Amino acid sequence: MADTALRVSAASSADKRSGLQKLMQRKSTIAFLMTLPLIVLIFTLVAYPAGYALYLAMLNKAMTKFVWFKNFDFLFSRDTFWMVVWQSCLFAISAVVFKAFIGFVVAHLVNNIPGKKQRKWRGMLLVPWVIPAAMSTLSWLWLFDSSYSAFNWLLEPLGIGPIPWLGETGWARFCVILVNVWIGAPFFMIMYLAALKSVPEQLHEAAEIDGASWWQRIWYINLPMMRNIIAITALFSTILTFANFDIVRVLTRGDPLNTTHLFATWAFRLGIESGDIPLGAAVSLFMVPILAVGATIILRDINKRGSEV
Amino acid sequence: MAQVTLRKVVKKYDEVLAVRGIDLDIMDKEFVVLVGPSGCGKSTTLRMIAGLEEITDGDIAIGGDVVNDVPPKDRDIAMVFQNYALYPHMNVYENMSFGLKLKRTPKDIIDQRVRQAAQILDITELLDRKPKQLSGGQRQRVAMGRAIVRDPKVFLFDEPLSNLDAKLRVQMRTEIKKVHQKVRTTTVYVTHDQIEAMTLADRVVVMNGGNIEQVGPPNELYHSPKTKFVAGFIGSPAMNMVPCQLEASGDALKVRLSDTLSLAVPASRTARYRPHVGKPGLLFGLRPEHLTETRPHLEADMQTFDVKLDVTEPMGMETLVYFAINGIDICGRVNPNAGARESQTMKLCADMANMHLIDDKTEQVL
Ligand SMILES: Nc1ncnc2c1ncn2[C@@H]1O[C@H](COP(=O)(O)OP(=O)(O)O)[C@@H](O)[C@H]1O
Ligand SMILES: [Mg+2]
Repeated sequence: MADTALRVSAASSADKRSGLQKLMQRKSTIAFLMTLPLIVLIFTLVAYPAGYALYLAMLNKAMTKFVWFKNFDFLFSRDTFWMVVWQSCLFAISAVVFKAFIGFVVAHLVNNIPGKKQRKWRGMLLVPWVIPAAMSTLSWLWLFDSSYSAFNWLLEPLGIGPIPWLGETGWARFCVILVNVWIGAPFFMIMYLAALKSVPEQLHEAAEIDGASWWQRIWYINLPMMRNIIAITALFSTILTFANFDIVRVLTRGDPLNTTHLFATWAFRLGIESGDIPLGAAVSLFMVPILAVGATIILRDINKRGSEV
Repeated sequence: MAQVTLRKVVKKYDEVLAVRGIDLDIMDKEFVVLVGPSGCGKSTTLRMIAGLEEITDGDIAIGGDVVNDVPPKDRDIAMVFQNYALYPHMNVYENMSFGLKLKRTPKDIIDQRVRQAAQILDITELLDRKPKQLSGGQRQRVAMGRAIVRDPKVFLFDEPLSNLDAKLRVQMRTEIKKVHQKVRTTTVYVTHDQIEAMTLADRVVVMNGGNIEQVGPPNELYHSPKTKFVAGFIGSPAMNMVPCQLEASGDALKVRLSDTLSLAVPASRTARYRPHVGKPGLLFGLRPEHLTETRPHLEADMQTFDVKLDVTEPMGMETLVYFAINGIDICGRVNPNAGARESQTMKLCADMANMHLIDDKTEQVL
């Protein structure tokens, strides 16, 4: 006993002499030093631009004066702003619902294709997702073109049209959603297909013996077993869709009358094209809280489910 | 309540003939075990009865109705899988009630049946748990509960105990037997473990290479195997089989195992075996328990001979002794107090009343 007490006191007096050395040997210090590069990286790539955007959003148009929250006040008072909020929500939610639904159905169809053929189909169905969105949107632009629309040409013999695809608010909104679904659905398909493959075949056999029809097996077995992937994919895609820029930019540029603008495209219109950078920054900042809520839900969900399974 | 009938049932996977035209009649309330080595077509047969595999040829009838084209959900059967196949997202109660719920059974009847089955299986306190919160044995019970609740025409089991440790396996074996005594449903049970087959079955079906080798009550298979395969497969340690010659000396017959060792065939068998005298490729079969230490009062058909032991394995209640005749290892079971020592000579006694004579060419027991 006495012996150990002696040694401890000796050790502590030695520690006092080299405080820095002790600090260096503490585990938390080492951990901090090792994560320092990452912290610096995050700061320069995330915190600094975010702070700068916040700062920009509080300047006047000529960027000469600090005006606090005037820009936000101005936005709230404009109808276009509320329309962009509404359009962004409509766009994101309906596009994700359709992508999820189509992805789910196609995943089941593909999963029922036997063996080698399945690989081919999987590859082909992924094409829309793999092509750079701006490029494929350009092809869609030609398909919707007001004078040369291939769709109108096909519909004409049926006595339908000509439809002003991109010229009328309702149709234009339909078109941007359609193109987004076309590009995004394969991602859902591949995620759901992977989830589907992880449902053990025996559960289906057990359910079949328990008397479940094909439809009941999807409802009672596949759907609950794929719940995690369905939720995470949908939330993830909601964030990306919400922040979409390229499709709207290429297809409609926000027209007609700004009715197809999303936050990102409207911010671009105001900030870059109209030269009011602070106002554009203010608009783009509105995405942050909405996306933050989404991201938090995803992360919490993954954590919770992770400990559950 | 139903009997199950298989008529010339064939299953072909592309080019593999998994089941080669089997006939089988399973009575109402009977417990039948399909046993055989891995890959012999047991699971395939069971899955065809369940309707999970289409049959290539032949007929399967449940309760007198041919069900060849009836999907599993309409066959009114229940199946317990090797890895239980419990629905991981449902708790035990939901797992057990799933089949009834699909049939739109009233809630109070579901509840009554689930609780009754849970009581039979002693899992009442587990009803709220998810499968992953259960041990292997508990999952096994739940899987059985799911089958019992449905009150189906037939129970099908596919190696239900092979994922359990040895001790639990023995325990659950007894449990399954008890449940069958309480519930009395026609049962088809698949296993590769012949001990499980012997202990559980009313009748055992021994399968090999897609064929049925023999069907019969456990004791009949054990004492009167019809083929070399059944003789070797049933019983542990396995039956000794030694190449031999059948010799006639006057009225009596002898099996000659080596230049120095020949044993007299019991008089009751001479008429049966006489046509095979001098035939090449005969095997002499004798189970280890019929090869014991010698005793003071030998019965009529017991014969003694001296052997040099190679290995002894004390098992507690008996000792296994191994020796070789013409390079073939032979096993005997002697009393632990009989003084068996490795590399020493011992006098053993063969009970020839239990001998078998096997034709190695046709693989039939003569
Ligand atoms: N889905 C399948 N496709 C091709 N061959 C199969 C399939 N299932 C089983 N087999 C073959 O059929 C034979 C019998 O298999 P199985 O009934 O599973 O044997 P076991 O008696 O071990 O249960 C084996 O040779 C196996 O390889
Ligand atoms: Mg098997």
